[in-house]
Amino acid sequence: MSTRLIYFAWVRERIGKPEEDVELPAGIETVADLLRWLKSRGEEYEHALQYPDVIRVAINQEHVEHREKIAGAREIALFPPMTGG
Amino acid sequence: MSGAPTVRIQREDFDVAAEIAKLTEGRADIGAVVSFSGLCRDEQGQLSALELEHYPGMAEAEIARIAAEAIARWPLQGLTAIHRHGKIAPGENIVLVVAASAHRQAAFEAANFLMDFLKSRAPFWKKEHRADGSDGGWVEAKDADDRAAARWTQSPAD
Repeated sequence: MSTRLIYFAWVRERIGKPEEDVELPAGIETVADLLRWLKSRGEEYEHALQYPDVIRVAINQEHVEHREKIAGAREIALFPPMTGG
Repeated sequence: MSGAPTVRIQREDFDVAAEIAKLTEGRADIGAVVSFSGLCRDEQGQLSALELEHYPGMAEAEIARIAAEAIARWPLQGLTAIHRHGKIAPGENIVLVVAASAHRQAAFEAANFLMDFLKSRAPFWKKEHRADGSDGGWVEAKDADDRAAARWTQSPAD
């Protein structure tokens, strides 16, 4: 099952695309695992995810912590801390 | 509060007076209305515009979740939150929160709460366009905004 990844703000700019569908390899169980795997996919990902601790994540449009399991996620969004308001 | 809060994410401007009137029209039980408007500053002439990016779908959902929490916490009689996206020039509106209640304290506190959480949890990002034509980059999140949101979850003893 493929998972849709969506990127915003400087995460989007550094990765160079707004979204993509990926097949997650076995063993990617949590958000932290996903960030580690993505970071190894090329230098644009390395640049975007250089400091994984600052990256905020939403699964199916709800904020989650990095320890959250991603099983069953249709849509996972990665973005910097928010600056609205 | 009977009825759902009004939450809108839109490119176009809003009319503060009209939004207040929509909450109070035909009602005699509301004793207090507090509105907060957030505007784009020019940063001493250095900024020509802000570009607001948002996460469609989640932006509405997250603000609705924050609004539901405010409704659970204070005795409100109306609540509206509107957030704009796209390019916004200095002097223009960015965000509006209107809270209505029987007595003023609930409306003041709910509007404050909504803004604090909206800043730290609603998926919006600001990019600066400089007056000299250069790209000012993405606005950095402030620790002060996180602290402002955190104070609502501290116990009174803290």
